[in-house]
Amino acid sequence: MRYDSLLDSLGHTPLVGLPSLSPSADVRLWAKLEDRNPTGSVKDRPAHWMINKAEKEGLLTPGCTILEPTSGNTGISLAMVARLRGYRMVCVMPENTSAERTQLLKMWGAEIIPSPAAGGSNEAVRVAKGLAAEHPDWVMLYQYGNEANARSHYESTGPELLEDLPTITHFVAGLGTTGTLMGVGRFLRERVPGVAIVAAEPRYGELVYGLRNIDEGFVPELYDESVLTTRYSVTSEDALRRTRELLAAEGIFAGISTGCALHAALGMAAKAVKAGERADIAFVVADGGWKYLSTGAYDGTLDEAEKRLEGQLWA
Amino acid sequence: MAIEVRIPTILRNYTDGAKAVEGGGATLDELFTDLEGRHPGLRDRLVDDKGLRRFVNVYLNDEDVRFLGGLETKVSDGDTVTVLPAVAGG
Repeated sequence: MRYDSLLDSLGHTPLVGLPSLSPSADVRLWAKLEDRNPTGSVKDRPAHWMINKAEKEGLLTPGCTILEPTSGNTGISLAMVARLRGYRMVCVMPENTSAERTQLLKMWGAEIIPSPAAGGSNEAVRVAKGLAAEHPDWVMLYQYGNEANARSHYESTGPELLEDLPTITHFVAGLGTTGTLMGVGRFLRERVPGVAIVAAEPRYGELVYGLRNIDEGFVPELYDESVLTTRYSVTSEDALRRTRELLAAEGIFAGISTGCALHAALGMAAKAVKAGERADIAFVVADGGWKYLSTGAYDGTLDEAEKRLEGQLWA
Repeated sequence: MAIEVRIPTILRNYTDGAKAVEGGGATLDELFTDLEGRHPGLRDRLVDDKGLRRFVNVYLNDEDVRFLGGLETKVSDGDTVTVLPAVAGG
């Protein structure tokens, strides 16, 4: 297929069946390969939509500085678009993210302000909000509260899924900013009666939850509980195990958050089999495995890999 | 058999540092009340007058109880309840 530029090729990613992992001909799993986007992750969609919206509203003008709290993928996507459009990009990123994320961000010209590992992305959000107050001329697109994040999925990911899989019964995705689930979820709920929208939330090591007070937790402004059917917490061990299964059984080399989504998707598949119902379960492959090679996620035993991942933000 | 309740780091001052405690009850509400007897102050950190606190997530066997029935969610021996603070992703 031919496109005028790299950004024009965004989206329209393949939806591939999983013949080995699907339990039966009536209960099928489908992977939406979002790693096939320009910077290799699903975040290219919200990044592109958020920048376009800010430009349209006159918030972003050439030479502007974009600020964003990010554990990696959103920052990488924003940095790429920022480079092409002539913006300076500043990312606030937790220290406990993979080395590849830092390398990629720098490659696309982003500046990185590290935030403390303890507290994970909550800390990055806090630090970024402080910086935004200090630099009123910087533009914080703020993926956690920017409606263009969810809208990117409402306008692109959702329609693509329904076009490729009109018989869809379940949609499963990782829960981070909640943008993917809110956007695709709303789109499908308006068109597919009874569709289940299932969130798979990464459960990290204790360090990441090391907040000073439980009242300092964080729920993204985009989050609307009523869009979801249910929500699962998936341990690092389950996410790693499923990431490896996906590679071994279907040949798909995905990042660890994909294993998290697959774990919930397989849980839904098992329920459908038990209930004797047909199911077409689509889940999101948020990125490929390349950015996680240095974490050792694919080496040695599962136990060893899990230990190496302790305290890391893998989604 | 009892119900295992996993406690996050920031609430272990109520459990003498224990990562997990055990309790009983037919619903989550009853379980939290049962725990309160041995770990005074814990319940108030999890629940306010409107139900579960906003930044507290509770999972019954890995499923978010907000989608199961909230505090009225049925629990039984052998279940695992996990309490976690809400964190950001992305």
